[in-house]
Amino acid sequence: MGASSQRRLNMLIVNFALLFIVLLWTIPTLGIFVSSFRTRGDIQASGWWTVLPHKAWETTATLSPTDLGLDPNGVMNVEGVTGTFEELRQGVQSGDTRVIWIGNKRLGRIEVQKQKWAVNWEFTLENYQQVLSGKAIQFTNADGTVETIPGDNMVGAFLNSLAVAIPATIIPILIAAFAAYAFAWMRFPGRRILFIMVVALLVVPLQIALVPILRDYNTLQLNGTFLGMWLAHTGFGLALATYLLYNYISTLPRETLESAFIDGASHFTIFMRLILPLSVPALASFAIFQFLWVWNDYLIALIFLGGNPETKVITMRLADIVGSRGNDWHLLTAGAFITMILPLIVFFSLQRYFVRGLMAGSVKG
Amino acid sequence: MASVTYKNVYKRFGDVVVINDLNMDIADKEFVVFVGPSGCGKSTSLRMLAGLEEISDGEISIGDRVVNDVPPKDRDIAMVFQSYALYPHMSVYDNMAFGLKLRKTPKAEIDRRVKEAADILGLGSLLERKPKALSGGQRQRVAVGRAIVREPAVFLMDEPLSNLDAKLRVSARAEITKLHKRLGTTFIYVTHDQVEAMTMGDRIAVLADGILQQIDSPRNLYNKPNNVFVAGFIGSPAMNFFTATMVQEDGHLFLDSGDFRVQIPDDRKPVFQSYAGSEVTMGMRPEHIHSPEFAPPGIVASPIKGSAELVELLGHELHLYVSTGKNSLVATVDTRMNVNVGNNVDLVMDMGNLHLFDKKTEKAIR
Repeated sequence: MGASSQRRLNMLIVNFALLFIVLLWTIPTLGIFVSSFRTRGDIQASGWWTVLPHKAWETTATLSPTDLGLDPNGVMNVEGVTGTFEELRQGVQSGDTRVIWIGNKRLGRIEVQKQKWAVNWEFTLENYQQVLSGKAIQFTNADGTVETIPGDNMVGAFLNSLAVAIPATIIPILIAAFAAYAFAWMRFPGRRILFIMVVALLVVPLQIALVPILRDYNTLQLNGTFLGMWLAHTGFGLALATYLLYNYISTLPRETLESAFIDGASHFTIFMRLILPLSVPALASFAIFQFLWVWNDYLIALIFLGGNPETKVITMRLADIVGSRGNDWHLLTAGAFITMILPLIVFFSLQRYFVRGLMAGSVKG
Repeated sequence: MASVTYKNVYKRFGDVVVINDLNMDIADKEFVVFVGPSGCGKSTSLRMLAGLEEISDGEISIGDRVVNDVPPKDRDIAMVFQSYALYPHMSVYDNMAFGLKLRKTPKAEIDRRVKEAADILGLGSLLERKPKALSGGQRQRVAVGRAIVREPAVFLMDEPLSNLDAKLRVSARAEITKLHKRLGTTFIYVTHDQVEAMTMGDRIAVLADGILQQIDSPRNLYNKPNNVFVAGFIGSPAMNFFTATMVQEDGHLFLDSGDFRVQIPDDRKPVFQSYAGSEVTMGMRPEHIHSPEFAPPGIVASPIKGSAELVELLGHELHLYVSTGKNSLVATVDTRMNVNVGNNVDLVMDMGNLHLFDKKTEKAIR
């Protein structure tokens, strides 16, 4: 095998592996997405993949066993197939037709089915209405009865989560970027010790801090407030943020910064005009991590926001739905999809910063 | 426009002395090149002048102002770095204008200066581009342009050409020399390349191990090196050194290396007389060893014998590696000389170009 065909084979393997991983990741997501638009009955009767064209058995004739004079206790012969009652209950196939016994021996019926192409193409927005709305909603059942159900108020929870996550992402990044610049490029006494402390804080589990902070929040009356959440998330995220941004900022070419110094820039100017624009990839990747972490956080929200329904974040609301309507898959999938839509948007809109190196062209190479 | 003075300057990193008692006066409008092997302290000297490194001891002045505690931006200098150090997210125009904007120069004035610098450097059509869309030579010119627009009193250049390929380097060298003539500003230029040093500098400062070995014009550096280091550093191939005993016979002085014996011209006898009977280090440049047939007329020739160990023909010259027994030497001889590896060769040394150094202090005997 030549070198180039070897390489092509390697590429092929890599591409297939990537495709496999992508499918592994997207198929469950797609499943939740599709399910969340299906009716309660559909979800319980068939899988979400039945929205795709598939072959399904369709009944072409219904027969009564008694009319045909069949003996359910013996071997029966119907519509060209033979079988015992147990076999017919499973369905007996001959060619493209299937004969199946529905019901019990005495009152059951026999259906003759043919396989036909079908799609379960029936969608509804009611799941979302019910999950999103804060008010009680009414809807009519298939049998005409009107039901009133309290909504799950995910809109409120969504907004609460935004109110927590956006400041809790921006505040630590701002602080950490300043700190990382100072650690990387400014000389001041105690720099090493302070930086070692920051690194050491990385390994402290946040659970250790829960009780002391809760007590402090009690005295400061920060429990159940968004400000308390911002401070908590800032504190817990700051060490990692500082460390990650330090790693990036300290690799910016020294000569570029020195050049700016000679050009007359102060530390602040250098930070604003050089460090921030050049660190966009690092800032973006940390912003994604921090945002997702805060968005998906349940523990800290549970402890510092408490059970006040006014301030519940979306993860808490989702947990409530699981608790109170664990079997209502149509609501669970809708709720889950509302919860994950924003992380998906954030990831896809910022993912190019993972890929793009902004430094190309600054120094040789 | 300003002169630069280093006065008893030291730089220490912990116990390591990087710059040891540097004294230097650089005149206004002079082009001085700092040259030396890597780690000799040439870049550190420049960075101290720029204010990027602290001065451990001593004084550096620009003009008549001591700048030890003046921050870089107030020293009225501009620096071109080896890596160019361009701002990657800014266009060429903004790269050049950055320093002026920070100094609150009026917009029209910035525009005028940037356009002028772009004209000088032929960057006119590239002003809107980002650095990554430029070639190495263009980036280097942008870095120079960024320094020009500042109109500084002193230009500092830290190996600005070493990232360019060989061909581009030759033309960039000429451009920088022209730029110096045109701007009439003090230039201080750091390089490890002796060709750049010899071709560009009004004066060259040779540094080694943090000590200034010699600062002189290129011609003097070549003809009258102060010590063994400078003699060996300047010139290519490097000067041949032999340990030789000075012998006095019949009123003449001879140098006996053990393998060969050459006579010192009588007119230089008084200078060397005091070393008669002792060992000295003798230096002879490869280009001052000739084949007897093609030796230039009028030289004081002293014959030696040896065997050719390696013959390198470069086209315009021929490098001959010769073993004379215990010693070996390199000679740059006329390409017409017919010689093969293993041949016995007769050569003559041009004793008018003899260099002698004290064996202990390695200083030139003059």
